[in-house]
Amino acid sequence: MAQGWILVLASLLYLGILFAIAYWADRRSDAGRSVIDHPTVYALSLGVYCTTWTFYGSVGRAAATGIGFLPIYLGPTLMFALGWFVLRKIVRVAKANRITSIADFVASRYGKSQLLGGLVTVIAVVGVIPYIALQLKAVSNSFTILASSPDLVMPARAAAAPMLQDSAFYVAIVLAAFTILFGTRHLDATERHEGMVAAIAFESVVKLLAFFAVGLYVTYGVFDGFGDIFGRAAEIPRLAKLAVARDTAAAYGSWAALTFLSMLSVMLLPRQFQIAVVENVNESHVARSVWLFPLYLLLINVFVLPIAVGGLMQFPEGVDADTFVLTLPLAKGQEAIALLVFIGGLSAATGMVIVETIALSTMVCNDLVMPLLLRWKALGLDRRPDLSGLLLEIRRWAIAVVLMLGYAYFRAAGEAYALVAIGLISFAAVAQFAPAVFGGLYWKDGTREGALAGLTAGFAVWAYTLLLPSFAKSGWLPADFMAGPFGLELLRPQQLFGLTGLDEISHSLFWSLLANIGCYVGFSLRRSPDAREAGQAAVFVGSGNVGAGALQWGAGAPVAELLPLAGRFVGPDRAREAFARYARSRGVRDVEDLPADAGLVHFAESLLAGAIGSASARVMVASVVEEAPPDLDAIMNILDEASQVRAHSREIEQKSRELEAATAELREANERLRELDRMKDDFISTVSHELRTPLTSIRAFSEMLFEDPRIDLEERKRFLGIIVNETERLTRLINQILDLAKLESGRAEWTTSDVDLAEVVRESCDALSQLYREKGVALATDLPAGGPVVQADRDRLTQVMINLLSNAVKFVAQGEGRVRVAVECLRGEVRVTVADNGPGIRPEDQDAIFEKFRQGGSVLTDKPVGTGLGLPISRQIVEYFGGSLWVESEPGAGAAFVFTLPLAEDGGASE
Amino acid sequence: MTKKVLIVDDEPNIVISLEYLMKKEGFEVAVAGDGEAALQKVASFAPDLVLLDVMMPKKSGYEVCAALRGDPAQAATKIIMLTAKGRDTEVAKGLAMGADAYVTKPFSTKDLVAQVKAMLGA
Repeated sequence: MAQGWILVLASLLYLGILFAIAYWADRRSDAGRSVIDHPTVYALSLGVYCTTWTFYGSVGRAAATGIGFLPIYLGPTLMFALGWFVLRKIVRVAKANRITSIADFVASRYGKSQLLGGLVTVIAVVGVIPYIALQLKAVSNSFTILASSPDLVMPARAAAAPMLQDSAFYVAIVLAAFTILFGTRHLDATERHEGMVAAIAFESVVKLLAFFAVGLYVTYGVFDGFGDIFGRAAEIPRLAKLAVARDTAAAYGSWAALTFLSMLSVMLLPRQFQIAVVENVNESHVARSVWLFPLYLLLINVFVLPIAVGGLMQFPEGVDADTFVLTLPLAKGQEAIALLVFIGGLSAATGMVIVETIALSTMVCNDLVMPLLLRWKALGLDRRPDLSGLLLEIRRWAIAVVLMLGYAYFRAAGEAYALVAIGLISFAAVAQFAPAVFGGLYWKDGTREGALAGLTAGFAVWAYTLLLPSFAKSGWLPADFMAGPFGLELLRPQQLFGLTGLDEISHSLFWSLLANIGCYVGFSLRRSPDAREAGQAAVFVGSGNVGAGALQWGAGAPVAELLPLAGRFVGPDRAREAFARYARSRGVRDVEDLPADAGLVHFAESLLAGAIGSASARVMVASVVEEAPPDLDAIMNILDEASQVRAHSREIEQKSRELEAATAELREANERLRELDRMKDDFISTVSHELRTPLTSIRAFSEMLFEDPRIDLEERKRFLGIIVNETERLTRLINQILDLAKLESGRAEWTTSDVDLAEVVRESCDALSQLYREKGVALATDLPAGGPVVQADRDRLTQVMINLLSNAVKFVAQGEGRVRVAVECLRGEVRVTVADNGPGIRPEDQDAIFEKFRQGGSVLTDKPVGTGLGLPISRQIVEYFGGSLWVESEPGAGAAFVFTLPLAEDGGASE
Repeated sequence: MTKKVLIVDDEPNIVISLEYLMKKEGFEVAVAGDGEAALQKVASFAPDLVLLDVMMPKKSGYEVCAALRGDPAQAATKIIMLTAKGRDTEVAKGLAMGADAYVTKPFSTKDLVAQVKAMLGA
């Protein structure tokens, strides 16, 4: 077996088989016959939880602590057996919102915050890279051991080898290439990788079989069954204690802490989230994983203790227990089994590395790099027509960089710690996501600041109590770091505030989660969630109501804007395909005929979210759609009403989305109608008041004249005069109300022609000259010689002029009043001014006088004669012809009513 | 002694008709054109009954009514509200303000006179 090339060939062959499976599954998926749409495949793919840390490390831990390896598997078992409804809720929410990673999930929950997504990504990358390093180390170690057999060589100083002769380096390169081939062949709108999942499920079977093979061989080939092994071990005092738990409080505490930690990790590790949530095809698959995944974990652990005990009995001191799986068969000359074990370990490593780096690269690309690039205006990304290639490029680089970082970590720190310690440090890092994720699912009051503060605090404490000490133990930091800064005992990283008696993981977990939860809750309670957070909270906390996000887009946007936008990120062809599918589902034949409504916007947003994450998608969509102020009550109401029904198939989800959009539209229309109805009601009430007033006088005087024939002639004449006047007023009022109604409803008839405005002004002045003379008011005009020509209705303009002139004469003092009319041409428009020297209009009344039935003159003792409709009618007329009408006035200094009209194109003023 | 009636309305013609009707019945009459003038007139003229229009400049009829009902010295003064707004809510509001009666415009002169006489016990 000394030939390294056999190992290389076997490895490459194995990877080839994996790739073939993935390729086949992708083809099947394209053909619509998904291989992974099966609950057993789903449960098996969850086995990616078992990495080389399980495959090699469990035995090592068992050799050191006996059944101390169990909590790592007890946690997931408990989580699936008891907490499956949490997973189902996450899956449900993630599907409804097209979540692409755990960073996306957290960002989306707290108002689609890019900052939060970036923070989660950073924590995940920092926390998980040591774990990737661990995989490289395991593969490279197993290679070294196997390649140097039959001598038993411990790969103690891998770092001693130059990089180009270091097998781990090549492992990293091959895995990077392989992951890029696997994970970034194309962009999927939902960020799912069917081929990868199929391959991962296959790997779960391979590593289980390999471990079983060596377990059976050791138990029944080397020894004589379980009883034989443990019976012999019991005779050796050093081994006897392995089979029992140490009966101390600290030991139990440590058990509980590890169990709790792995409960969290099985959901929150980026790769677990990827497989369990993002890649989940059907929510119902969760049901089978509830027993099948724990069963898998049980099976892969059955032979851990026999192998550990067997190894301890077989080898003297000096053989690393982490390598027993490999070295036991080798020592017995069973090279075939050793090769199988090597392949099993390889499969455990590749599975973890592929899924983890794909998950991390998606997060790095969507939540870290793209938001920064899009913000960096100098790059001009906002103008590039197709960004899908760039997205893939970024992801490929992210994969390469993550793996190279893993390798660098391995070179630097690989020998500092046992395998188990590195894995637990990663677990503790991702455990920091727990408050934000689980809090976000069950507590509506969590806010962005809360999540940011909690994550930051938890991460900082984790780094101080676990990561930095691990650096110190590796010699990268001065050893006195462990004594606390400035020698302060209270701040010693692993006995913080004097807390002793816990192992380092429990200690760090306690303090970091305490800080995390404290800040999360504390900062969340400082303010109530804003509308966007509350909207997302309702979607996440509420029972997974689908498509409620659509309500956040009150406005629509046309296909012409959304399609190119989506095309830039997912590729023009794929975007067009997706839009066409959407159009068909809404019963629209052509993509271009899709209505520009909120539903379409929501569709485009979720399509984009699949490619670049929800936070970035919201920003991109907001660039073409005006975000409506979200009406919280409306959202809540619709949630309450609609959340009862959970649509199962995609079509039904689609329909219900449409229905909700329609409901929102109807509600809006109803609101508008109600408002119109109220306005109409007010109008009628006002009109009836205006009509009743003259009627009151008419009736009163008529009755008085009718009842009392003895009224003298003078009085009789006066009363009849009043009746006549009031009748005229009534007639005028009715005419004007009808006129205004016609103008407002757009049913007025207009006879538009070239009109000489100066002539209109002159004629109107002539018509009112009698009235002005009677009141002793001077009327002066200032008209250009050749009148300016406008396109308008001559009679309507006369109506406006008469109205302004009679208003003016009404308000000036008898005898000394002066009214001046001027017509002038300025920059393409003609301006007419009617200025008087009356009392003027107070600033607060200057808008009101253009409202219906609002008259100026409340300062006057007697009420002005008029209907209160003249100015609103005049304004309607002027605006109809493209002009505007307003008043300029200072109280006490008279008022000037001014209107403008655009000059006719060719008929400009002749000088 | 002759009863005194104060007429408050901003419509000159309605004031003329009411003034004529009340004088013909032998009441002593004063008039006011807006809410503020009405309150001054109440103080100087001390009417037994006020015919009070609702929609007026400066102070509405409701405000005048509330001011009078808030003044113990005017507790005995009768108030008849006159309004061109005939909706039920407005009638209810007027009565809640403490008006003794509420008459909708246009009114029957005969009925109004009868009501005034009945209230003044004349």
